[in-house]
Amino acid sequence: MLALASGNAAGSRMRYSLFSLLREALNGQAGWPAAWRDALPRAHYDIVVIGGGGHGLSTAFYLAQEHGITNVAVLEKGWLGSGNIGRNTTIIRSNYGEPGNTPFYEHSMQLWEGLEQALNYNAMVSQRGVLNLYHTDGQRDAYARRGNAMRLHGIDAELLDRARVQELCPFLAFEDARFPVAGGLLQRRGGTARHDAVAWGYARAASTLGVDIIQNCEVTGFDIVQGRVRGVQTTRGPIAAGKVGMAVAGNTSHVAAMADLRLPIESHVLQAFVSEGIKPVIPNVVTFGAGHFYISQSDKGGLVFGGDIDGYNSYAQRGNLPTVEDVCESGMAMMPMLGRLRILRSWGGIMDMSMDGSPIIDRTPLEGLYLNAGWCYGGFKATPASGWCFAHLLATDRSHPVASAYRLDRFATGLVIDEKGAGAQPNLH
Amino acid sequence: MRLTCPFCGPRDLREFTYRGDATLRRPDPDAANAASAFADYVYLRANPRGPHREHWYHAAGCRAWLVVERDTATHAIGRVALARNDQP
Amino acid sequence: MPRQRRPGTGIDPAQKLDFQFDGLPLQGVAGDTLAAALLANGVRVVGRSFKYHRARGIVTAGPEEPNALVELREGARLEPNTKATTVELFDGLSARSQNRWPSLGLDLMAVNQLASPLLAAGFYYKTFMWPRHFWEKLYEPAIRRAAGLGRASGLPDPDSYEKCYAHADLLVVGAGPAGLIAALLAARSGARVILAEEDFLLGGRLLAEAFLIDDAPAHLWARRVEAELETLPNVRILKRTAVFGAYDDGTFGAIEKVADHLPEPEPGQVRQRYWQIVAARAVLATGGIERGIAFGGNDRPGVMLASAVRTYLHRFGVAAASRIAVFTSSDDGWKTAFDLAAAGIEVPFLADARADVAADLVERGRRLGLRVELGARVEDATGATGLNGAYLRSARGTTWLPIEALAVSGGWNSNLGLSTHLGGKPEWSETAAAFLPGKTPSWMRVAGAAAGAFGLGEAFRGGVEAALAVLGELERRVPAFDMPIASDDPARTTPLWRVEGASGKAFVDLQHDVTVKDVELAHREGFKAVEHLKRYTTLGMATDQGKSMAILGQAIMADLEKVGPAGLGTTRARPPQVPVAIGALAGRHRGRQFRPTRLTASHDWAAAAAAPFMDAGLWKRAQYFARPGETNWRQAVDREVLTVRAHVGVADVSTLGKIAVLGPDAGIFLDKVYVNGFSGLAVGKVRYGLMLREDGFVMDDGTAARLGDTDYLVSTTTANAANVMMHLEYCHQVLWPQLDVRMASVTEQWAQFAVAGPKARALLSGILPSTPLENGDLPHMGCRPIEIGGVRGRLFRLSFSGELAFELAVPARFGAALWRSLVHAAETLGGSAYGSEALGVMRIEKGHVGGAELNGRTTAFDLGLGRLLSRKKDFIGRVMAARPALNDLHRMRLVGLVPLDGRAKLPVGAHLVPEGERPAASVDQGYVTSAAYSPTLGHPIALALLSGGPERLGQTIRVVDPLRDGDALARIVAPVFVDPEGSRVLA
Repeated sequence: MLALASGNAAGSRMRYSLFSLLREALNGQAGWPAAWRDALPRAHYDIVVIGGGGHGLSTAFYLAQEHGITNVAVLEKGWLGSGNIGRNTTIIRSNYGEPGNTPFYEHSMQLWEGLEQALNYNAMVSQRGVLNLYHTDGQRDAYARRGNAMRLHGIDAELLDRARVQELCPFLAFEDARFPVAGGLLQRRGGTARHDAVAWGYARAASTLGVDIIQNCEVTGFDIVQGRVRGVQTTRGPIAAGKVGMAVAGNTSHVAAMADLRLPIESHVLQAFVSEGIKPVIPNVVTFGAGHFYISQSDKGGLVFGGDIDGYNSYAQRGNLPTVEDVCESGMAMMPMLGRLRILRSWGGIMDMSMDGSPIIDRTPLEGLYLNAGWCYGGFKATPASGWCFAHLLATDRSHPVASAYRLDRFATGLVIDEKGAGAQPNLH
Repeated sequence: MRLTCPFCGPRDLREFTYRGDATLRRPDPDAANAASAFADYVYLRANPRGPHREHWYHAAGCRAWLVVERDTATHAIGRVALARNDQP
Repeated sequence: MPRQRRPGTGIDPAQKLDFQFDGLPLQGVAGDTLAAALLANGVRVVGRSFKYHRARGIVTAGPEEPNALVELREGARLEPNTKATTVELFDGLSARSQNRWPSLGLDLMAVNQLASPLLAAGFYYKTFMWPRHFWEKLYEPAIRRAAGLGRASGLPDPDSYEKCYAHADLLVVGAGPAGLIAALLAARSGARVILAEEDFLLGGRLLAEAFLIDDAPAHLWARRVEAELETLPNVRILKRTAVFGAYDDGTFGAIEKVADHLPEPEPGQVRQRYWQIVAARAVLATGGIERGIAFGGNDRPGVMLASAVRTYLHRFGVAAASRIAVFTSSDDGWKTAFDLAAAGIEVPFLADARADVAADLVERGRRLGLRVELGARVEDATGATGLNGAYLRSARGTTWLPIEALAVSGGWNSNLGLSTHLGGKPEWSETAAAFLPGKTPSWMRVAGAAAGAFGLGEAFRGGVEAALAVLGELERRVPAFDMPIASDDPARTTPLWRVEGASGKAFVDLQHDVTVKDVELAHREGFKAVEHLKRYTTLGMATDQGKSMAILGQAIMADLEKVGPAGLGTTRARPPQVPVAIGALAGRHRGRQFRPTRLTASHDWAAAAAAPFMDAGLWKRAQYFARPGETNWRQAVDREVLTVRAHVGVADVSTLGKIAVLGPDAGIFLDKVYVNGFSGLAVGKVRYGLMLREDGFVMDDGTAARLGDTDYLVSTTTANAANVMMHLEYCHQVLWPQLDVRMASVTEQWAQFAVAGPKARALLSGILPSTPLENGDLPHMGCRPIEIGGVRGRLFRLSFSGELAFELAVPARFGAALWRSLVHAAETLGGSAYGSEALGVMRIEKGHVGGAELNGRTTAFDLGLGRLLSRKKDFIGRVMAARPALNDLHRMRLVGLVPLDGRAKLPVGAHLVPEGERPAASVDQGYVTSAAYSPTLGHPIALALLSGGPERLGQTIRVVDPLRDGDALARIVAPVFVDPEGSRVLA
C-alpha cells in the first residue's frame, strides 16, 4: 500500500543514461524532469527525518532502498542541502584509528565506491588519495599505530617516508621549514566527492523511491504524548509520525531543546576556503601535521582548503580573522607555492562538536525520537554510512553493527571514542 | 571579535582562549548522586542559539579567567566580568 | 594598431611604458591599467572562456572583470588569473593570455562549442558513470586538465608579506564621491580616519565621467580633497588597498598592494601588506557596478559595459573602438553615447529597450545626430573573434548593423558585499532597481552608490549624512564644509535581464559560460532556490564573483518562478570581497618563521657539537652528540646510555614546564589538582604527582617540590606546560577563588640540567664544593637552595634515568655557562653530555610513562598508577575516574615487552594479537607505545598498552606491523626493565 501511494511519483523519474543524454542534447535539454519532487507535507508519515542535508537525505534513501519503508518525509527548514553538506571541504577517507570508528568509516568508504551506480547520479567520487603528513618521530609513531589499525580492518594504508612523499607531492616544504615534512600516512582510496551533488543525488534517488522531500519546512516543536514523540510541529503545520529522526548537525542542540534534551554537543563555526581555479597542481588530499590545514583541488580547478574551528560556540555561519590567518600560515608553511594564489570564497559551517570528537547514532531517552548528531567536522565523509546506519536504527530499533559504539550513554559510562585524546572539551577535537 | 578585559581593556580575539559554558557549577563530589551529577557537568551543554554565558581565558594578557555574555547567533558581546567574582 | 591617445584624468601620456602581451611588444602610458593599455593598442581578444573556450575581450574597467584574466610575470612570480583591469601598468610588464592551446587566436579546445548542446548545466552529474571505473581513470583527468584557467608556478613564492594592525575612529571604504566627502568631514573634525581605496588613484567615478563639480571637472575636486587629507595628521590614506572582509566588532581585513605596480619589490620591500583595521565606526562607500544584459553573443570581444567605455575614454584617454553602439535600459547608457559623440567617436546607434525615455535625453540625442531607437533591442551580436555587427530589433523589424564595440547598460548594482559579511541580507529596491544593503551593525553605515544613490548629487548627500551621523555618535564637532554642487542627475532604469528571441548563446556568467538556457534548465530540474541555481550552474562562482552579471541569472530565475527578484532574493556575499593572495594573509609566518622557535640554554653548545635537533612542541632539543667514528645514531645513543649507567652524564631538561605555585593555600590547592596529596609534603621534599582531567582521564604528570612553607614548584611535561598553566588558573579563579594562592609560569626563567649516573655526586661535589650531597643531607626526592659562583640556584635529587641523579637549576641567563662546566666536569670523570634520545631510552628502560602513554585516552589505572589516587580527599577527576569502564581489567593497560628471540624490533605503532591468530581487527588487543634498543640489557624492549596486560605477564603475544611488514613474538613483562628494585637511585 505504501508503495502504491508513491508509485506515480516514482514513475515520473527519468533515468540518466547515454541514451537520455543524447536525446536531450538534441532536444535542447527540454525534457529533463525535476531532479526531485517538491512535495507538500502530508498529515502522517511512518518516519519523519528532520534535516534535508546529506545525512537526512541518505537516511531517507536507505530507509526506502534497504528497508522498504517509503512513507517517509524529509523536512528541510531552508533549501535542500543548505547545511553542512554544502559547506565542507569534500574529503572522504576511512583513516581512523579508534576501534569504534574504523569499521564505520570504512563502511562509508565502500558505499562511496558504489554511490554513482546506487544513485544513478555522478557525485564525482574521486579516489585520489589522502596523505596525512608527519614531521616528528612522535607523529610518525601515532600514524603507524593508526595505519596498522586500518590494515587490521582490511583498509588500505601506507606509511611513506620523506622520499616517497616527495615523489608524490614535490611541492611540499621538505627543507627550509620550521617543521619540515618527514613522511606521511597515505590512504589511496581516500579522496573527494562533489558535495552538493551528494545531496542532490540522494534527494533524487529517495524521491524516486517515493520519499517526500519538503523544503522550507522548519520544525518548531515536538508532539509528545505520554512520553512518546508522535509527530512534529512545523512552519507548514503539524505532521504526525511513527518515528522521528533528527539529522540536523549544527542545530542539534537547538532542535533537541524543543524536546527538553541536553546533549553532549557544542555548536562551533568552521571556516573553509576555495581559491581561484587553476590548472591541476595538487594530485591528492594533503593534510599538514604541524598545524591544522588540509587541501585538495576540485575538478573545476579551485584549491579547497580549511583548518581549525574558530573555537567559540557559534551559530552564525561565519568566523573571524585569527583563524583565517592561521589557515593561511599553515598552508604557506606546508606548500609555499600557495603564496600568489588567491582565495576566492570562504564560508562558515556550524559543526556539532561532540564531547569526545565522535558522532552519535542512537535512540534518545524520549521514545520515538532518534538522534544522528555530533559529527564534528567529519560529517561529509560519513554521509553514506550515517544514512545507512541511521536508517537501520530507525527501521529495526537496533544499532547497526558498525555504528554500535556511537551510543548516547557512552559519555556517562566513559566508553568514549576520543581519537585526539582531548577529553570533554569540544573545541579541541 | 573583541572582548573588553576588566584589567586590560578592549583586546582582540586572538589574545583569548575559549572554554565554554560558564553557567555550569562543579557538583558536590560527596553527594549521593555525584556520579550522575558529574557526568552532566562534564558532558552535557545547553548550547543555546542566542545569549550565552561563557568562560574565556586572557592567555596572551593578564591570564584572568573571564565570564563573557555573548550571543552565539550574532557574536554580540555583552558584559565581561572576572570569573573569580562570578561565584554562586 | 595603437590608437591616438587622448588626454585622460588619470594618465600621463608623456611617460611611455613598454610591456608585452603574449610576447607582442606594446606600449602604454603612466596611469594605465593593463586593460587600458591593451585597448589603446587595439587588442580585442584577451582570453578564452572556461567551458566553451570562446574568444573574449575586456568588458569592464575594474575588479568585476570576468574575461580579461592574464598570467602576469614569469617563473616563481607567475600570477595566474590576474584581472587586466586592475593591473597597474609598469615598464617591462609581461602578461599572457590563459586557457588556450596552442594560442589565443587558434584554440583547439574551442571544439567544445560543437558539443555545447550536450554540455548544459548539470551535465557532469548525469554522465561519466559508465563503465564504473572509467571516471577516475579517464573522464576525470580529462575534465581536470580542461578546467582551471591560469597555471600556478608550482614554485615557492619568492616575495615577502607583512601584517599590520591599525585602529581608527572611522574607516571609510572607497574613495569615490561619497567616501571622499565622508572622510573629509570626519578628518576635519579631528577624528582618526582611515580611507581605504582599492584603486591606485582616489576619485572613483569622478575620474571616469564628464561630471562637473562646482562648475569644474570633477576629478579636480577629488584631487583637492586628497591634497587636504594628506596634510592632516589624523588621516591615513591607504591606496591600492582592498578591504576584503568585515568581521565582528568593527574589525576589517584589507590588503595593500605595496609593490604589485613594480616589476618586482625593492630589496626589503614587501609585495603586499595585510591590514587588520579596527574601527569604532565604518562607512562603506564602495560604489556601484554596472550590469550587462543577456542577449545573443553578449560575450563577443567588443561588448562592454557602458560605464567602462566611459572610464576608458575619460580616465585613460582611450576610445574602446572607432564605432561604438549603445544598448541600454537605463539613462546611463545615454551618458556613454553623449560622451562618445562629444569626443568625436562614431556612435552607429543607441538602442534603448524602454519606449518611455525622458524627453530631454531623446532631444539631446537627436541634437547630436544620433540614431536613437526606442523600445529596441540588440538580439544578437556577431563576430566570433571580435564584434563586427549586431542584429537590432525595433518596431521596424530586425536589421544587422556593422559595429566594432557595443556599450551595454542594464542599470547598476550596489557593490554591497561588505555589508553582508556580518549577516546583513540584501533587499530588493524597486526604485533603485537593485538589491541594496539590508540591516547592518550599528557601527556600520553604507553611503553613496553602494546604498543605491547612483547619482552624483545624491552620493555626496549620502556621504555627508553618514559622516554627520558618525560624528554625532563619536561626540565630535561638525566642521565647516561646502556641499559640492554636482552636475549629475540620478539615472532611471527599467531592468532588462534578457532579450527574448536571441538565437545565439546569451550569457549570464561570462567566465563560467553560464547561459540563459542553463538557468532555464536549472528551473526545469527544480534547482530554483538562488543557492541551488548558483551551485547547479556555477553562476557567479568565477573569479569575478558574479559582481556584474549574476543578477541577470537570478532575475531570470525569479521571472520563471514568477516571484520577482524580491521573492527569490540574491546570494549573500562572504569574504573575501575581492580575491586575496594566500601569502599575504600568512604574512611573515612561513618557512622557518612559521612558528616561534624555543631554544634551551645549551643550544649553542649542542649546535657547535653538530647535534641533530628534534622538535618538542616549539622547543628544539638536542638528540645526541655523536663522536668521531660513530657512523649511525644508535652508536651514539647506546654509548650515551652506557656512559650514564656506568659513569655520569649531563642533559638539558629545561624544556619541562615549570610553574611556581605560591601562597598560604598552595598545598591545599595542589591537593585539589593532583590525585595525590601535597599539603603534607615537607619543605625540602619533591613528590611525583599525577593530574587528571575532570573526565577522569590522565592529563599530565610531573613533580612538585616544596621549596618553602608557601612556595611550591610544579613541573609539567614539555608538551602540556601551557595547558597545565591554564588549567591551574581555571581551577583557582573559577573553582576555588577563595584559596589564597598565586601561580606563575617560570619555564623560561630557569635553565635546568640533569646530572645522572653513579658518579653524579662526585661531579656535583666539584661544582658545589660547599653543598652537602650525601643521602643524609639530600636524600632521593629531596631539594634545597644552592649558591653556585654567587648565583642562587636550586638542587633537586630527582631521577628519570633510574640512576643516582640530580637536577640543577639556575636562572636561565647563567645556563650556558653552567652547562659548559657540567659537561667539562662530566668528561673528566669519563662521562659525557647525553641528548633526548638517550633520555628516552633510559625512560623506557625504567618504564616511566611519556607522551605516547599520556595520550589523553589512558587512565591512572591503565598506567599502573591507580594506587596514587587518594581516597582521603577530593581532586579534579576523582568522581569520573571511579567509573567502572575506566577501571575495567580488560582495558588496554601498560606492560613491557621483550622479543622472544632477543633480537626482533618491536616498533612503535605495531599492534598486538594473540599468538596463533590471523592478524585482524577482531583480535586486536593493543599496540606498542614506546620502543628502544636497550644497550643496558643488549636487546630491544618496548612499552605497550595491552588488553588485560598486567594479568598476562609471562605470556607470549604477537607483535604485527603490517605497514612495515613486521611480525614478531614477544614476552609480556612488567614495564620496568632495569633495576626493578629501584636501588640505584638511592646510591
